[in-house]
Amino acid sequence: MSIVNVLRHIVEPGFFASGPVHTALAVGTVIAITSAVTGVFTVTRGQSFAGHSLADISTTGGSAAFLIGVNQFWGYLAFGAGAAAFMEMIGIQRRRGRDVATGVVLGAALGLAALFLYLGSQYSTTTGTSFTILFGSIFVITPSTVPALIVSALLALATVVALARVLLLTSLSPDIAAARGVPVRAVGAAFLMALAVSVALSAVIIGAVLSTALLFGPAATALRITKGPVRAAAAAAGIGVAATWLGILLSYDSYYWPPAGRGWPVSFFVVTLIVGGYLVSYLRRPAARAEPVPDAEHACSAR
Amino acid sequence: MTAELLRLDGVGVRLGGRQVLRDVWMKVHPGEFTGLIGPNGAGKTTLLRIILGLQPVTTGEVLFDGVPRPPRDASIGYVPQKLGIEPDTPLRVRDVVSLGFDGHRFGIRLPSRARRELVDDMLTAVGARRYADARVGELSGGEQQRVMIAHALVGRPRLLLLDEPLANLDISSEQGIVSVLARLARAEGIAVLLSAHDMNPLMPVMDRIVYVAAGRVAVGTADEVVQPEVLSRLYGQHVDVIRVHGRVLVVAAPEGIDPAEAAAEDAGVVR
Repeated sequence: MSIVNVLRHIVEPGFFASGPVHTALAVGTVIAITSAVTGVFTVTRGQSFAGHSLADISTTGGSAAFLIGVNQFWGYLAFGAGAAAFMEMIGIQRRRGRDVATGVVLGAALGLAALFLYLGSQYSTTTGTSFTILFGSIFVITPSTVPALIVSALLALATVVALARVLLLTSLSPDIAAARGVPVRAVGAAFLMALAVSVALSAVIIGAVLSTALLFGPAATALRITKGPVRAAAAAAGIGVAATWLGILLSYDSYYWPPAGRGWPVSFFVVTLIVGGYLVSYLRRPAARAEPVPDAEHACSAR
Repeated sequence: MTAELLRLDGVGVRLGGRQVLRDVWMKVHPGEFTGLIGPNGAGKTTLLRIILGLQPVTTGEVLFDGVPRPPRDASIGYVPQKLGIEPDTPLRVRDVVSLGFDGHRFGIRLPSRARRELVDDMLTAVGARRYADARVGELSGGEQQRVMIAHALVGRPRLLLLDEPLANLDISSEQGIVSVLARLARAEGIAVLLSAHDMNPLMPVMDRIVYVAAGRVAVGTADEVVQPEVLSRLYGQHVDVIRVHGRVLVVAAPEGIDPAEAAAEDAGVVR
């Protein structure tokens, strides 16, 4: 009895009966899994910076979509995919030395986003859209975009899963992969496209600005608490889904919190839970095994 | 003698206007242990990359099994010089070895007991079973070399290429890796082609030396190649071959010094 009471206290009445909640949970689950699994490979490939760049450019895309009156997801997707294609063309994702140039371009992208959002809010009576683009709102997903969201997520996830072994071999050594006949460049391009789709999807849940939190947060935590690739992907997916579900639940509950009748944003809860999980993983397991004597020092004295 | 596995016919490479390698003629036979010896920057890595098909040649031809293109499958195993893998890369030692089988394939693979046993056997063979469940990025250089050798061997290659596997290793790891390679090459009939800047650890096991210097190669047994006349011609300057305590040292005479005078100095002649 008491458990039911506790649950009743945690889960506010009407949670499981609400249509927007059902949609949010269903879409949130699929997107969280896709983002987390893609995130594991993005971190492994050292492409987190590419992910952040795509998030900034997707913000511009979302704002542009708002300005011309199209659903934001298509804006995120179009700009993200376009940017991914451009990055692949100039090979920017492997050149960490180009940070400054990239930073300037991304600054311009966010500046454009500011302009689009300002203009959009001048011509539109929809309040809160700017907020939705930047920080997301999973409760206001247009039902007509749900199939597109789920299909995009499944396609991106299928791409990453199909490429998994090849991506791991390439992370181990691009030369070995190339010598074994892996089309390294094409695989990289396909993965970058899956990453752009994942960023666009995460942006739907927690906004374009925060979308990388859902991508890299669960992945970073999973990489700390597991060793092998399959478990890392599974753990990341679990963490992403848990944070999304709990975030949705808490956001729903917060309708009754001060200031009553407003409800706190889902993105706040999801991001806070993900960061919390990451911090807890630091308490659990020390970082890399200590390696006191590098071999190179031996070699010098031995010769 | 059995038919050659690998053959380079007059191979030359220009990179960015510079002739990196010229006129390379060599053959590798099954089960043979070949040392690719030479100073740093001589073109050893380029030669390995040519054999792997990662570096196109400007002149000449590379034949693997009589076919003028690289096999692009597991029949050439390759252990690159450096992994440069981050410690948080989610690859355990056993995952790395398993990728040696089918890391170039698309799609998913279900776990299998037979594969797991094969991976364990391979790790035992190279002496890396102890850290099978550790992350490869957290291992020392010597441990990583063993794992990469297991990775390269698990696909049952016919030719195993290793780029400076002994660099940055302490002496006991060095000897361990050389003996593992020699044993596996003999037992499985795998041709091994290993690059090194120091030939001494390889002396007991090498069937043949390919000595690379100044973009040219000299091929033969150690006794044939490691001679002052041969190496001086290769380097394009006078070099001495000094044998001391069973070790061979190749020493270049300082520029501007008459070889005869240098030889006199080496012999301890006081003027």
